Amino acid sequence: MEHLPGVAFQVLQSVLVVLAAPLLMGWVNQCRAWLQNRSAPSLLLPYWTLAKLFHKDAVIARDASAIFRMTPYVIFGCMWLAGGIVPVLATGLPFAPAADIIALVGVFALARVFSALAALDIGTAFGGIGARREMLIGFLAEPAMLMTLFTAAFISGSTQLTTIVDTLGHRDFAIYPSLAFAAVAFLMVLLAENARIPIDNPTTHLELTMLHEAMILEYSARHLALIEWAMSIKLFAYMTIGIALFLPWGIAPAGDWGALPLAVGALVLKLALAGAGLSVLEAIFAKLRLFLAPEFLSTAFLLAVLGMLMHFLVRG
Amino acid sequence: MSQSMLSQIVNLLAALLLLIAFAMLSQRRILTLIKLLAWQGAALAASTLIVALETGQTHLYFSAFLTLILKVVMIPWVLHRLIDRLHVRWDIETMLNIPTTMLVGIGLAIFAFALATPISQMASALTRSTLGIALASVLLSFLMMIVRRKAVPQVIGFLSMENGLFLAATSATYGMPLVVELGVALDVLVGTFIFGIFFFHIREQFDSLDIRHMEKLKEED
Repeated sequence: MEHLPGVAFQVLQSVLVVLAAPLLMGWVNQCRAWLQNRSAPSLLLPYWTLAKLFHKDAVIARDASAIFRMTPYVIFGCMWLAGGIVPVLATGLPFAPAADIIALVGVFALARVFSALAALDIGTAFGGIGARREMLIGFLAEPAMLMTLFTAAFISGSTQLTTIVDTLGHRDFAIYPSLAFAAVAFLMVLLAENARIPIDNPTTHLELTMLHEAMILEYSARHLALIEWAMSIKLFAYMTIGIALFLPWGIAPAGDWGALPLAVGALVLKLALAGAGLSVLEAIFAKLRLFLAPEFLSTAFLLAVLGMLMHFLVRG
Repeated sequence: MSQSMLSQIVNLLAALLLLIAFAMLSQRRILTLIKLLAWQGAALAASTLIVALETGQTHLYFSAFLTLILKVVMIPWVLHRLIDRLHVRWDIETMLNIPTTMLVGIGLAIFAFALATPISQMASALTRSTLGIALASVLLSFLMMIVRRKAVPQVIGFLSMENGLFLAATSATYGMPLVVELGVALDVLVGTFIFGIFFFHIREQFDSLDIRHMEKLKEED
């Protein structure tokens, strides 16, 4: 019974991640609209879009196999699991030992594999293009992501995300050049993995330039809603991983109700800043040609490796 | 501020210097390359200044000031004027494609770090861990000179190599005597001017700044 507060925290965090993720998406869209001098859509627009999609009847191609039907649920499940593992509100959650950082990258990879399979399953040309491009980005982004996480793991001596956050959050203030490198690399991976602007344009309507959108062109209604929702959870999860690694201050230990308001406040503030920062990045960069994507991601990999080397060289 | 804090800032600035060396290696545009060189000089000046604060050696203040004037203002300005007058704004040609160059660069960085670790363990200076970074940025500039075809990027590589050497000097021995530093600074400035004159001569001779044409300068027998 001593696990009860931990379980309560776990449930709270998992529900919060799922419910708050569209809000983050809405905030990013709003900031971007402001920066582009458009009148901003409502902060709650992503929720209305999801509600609308859930009320429609799904259209599924005649030749679609079970994989096509399964995929939205698999993706949503993967992202939700990731949202439960990452220390968003509290460290030491009962779910946290389920997956360390390597398994977490694996969870994201599982979702990617399924979305690529589903895109190929229908047999349309755009699905094939999208799946191929997504796998290209994925296989370049994953090593960079792992290297970034390893840098933090070396500093704290554990691959458990919750231990990393505990160590980094409660240390004396010190400048870690290695973490600075890792943070830049992580930012680049975040942009690539979440189909954001230098790599992919999330608002494009031009099929030939699509990466992620090309894969989900055939989805409609509740399936599309689940995928879009999962994408917003993915963005939320990546941002909270970034916050956990590089700005871990203010997080609560599991079961400590007193520290919760501070943790929630800090999280909201950090996410608001991160979302605004993301929209600024999207406003100042142009989308790269697809063939420059390997260069972008190899730079991310380079920075991550340099960060790790720097840790061994200067011990910090 | 405590000493360890200062030496951490020096480490951070040295890391920044290395990062700029990598950015220069991956850069395609010549104007950005010059801008990066100026930033590298700024990072170098800042780190020298902090080492000066830490050790209280007056000649390091001079050399930080000299670095600021020379490498952040003068040399980039001279290079800007040069490329204006040579009308060179082309994208830089490289011998290897950029991701491969970056991978070779990582290899060089690992080599430099491995080489410097035993040396810096014997050293007692507070800034000893930057020795490996300095060595890595020297090697990276060397790589840049090797993989670039045109004359201007090669000269920028040379100047950035000097930055790396300067960092090595401050980190290993808290800088050279002032006379030597003045001499080196003057040499670099004069070198930049002479390179500028060379550019004009190379272009006059071959109608291009491509170094490959220099291979034709063999004596026929």
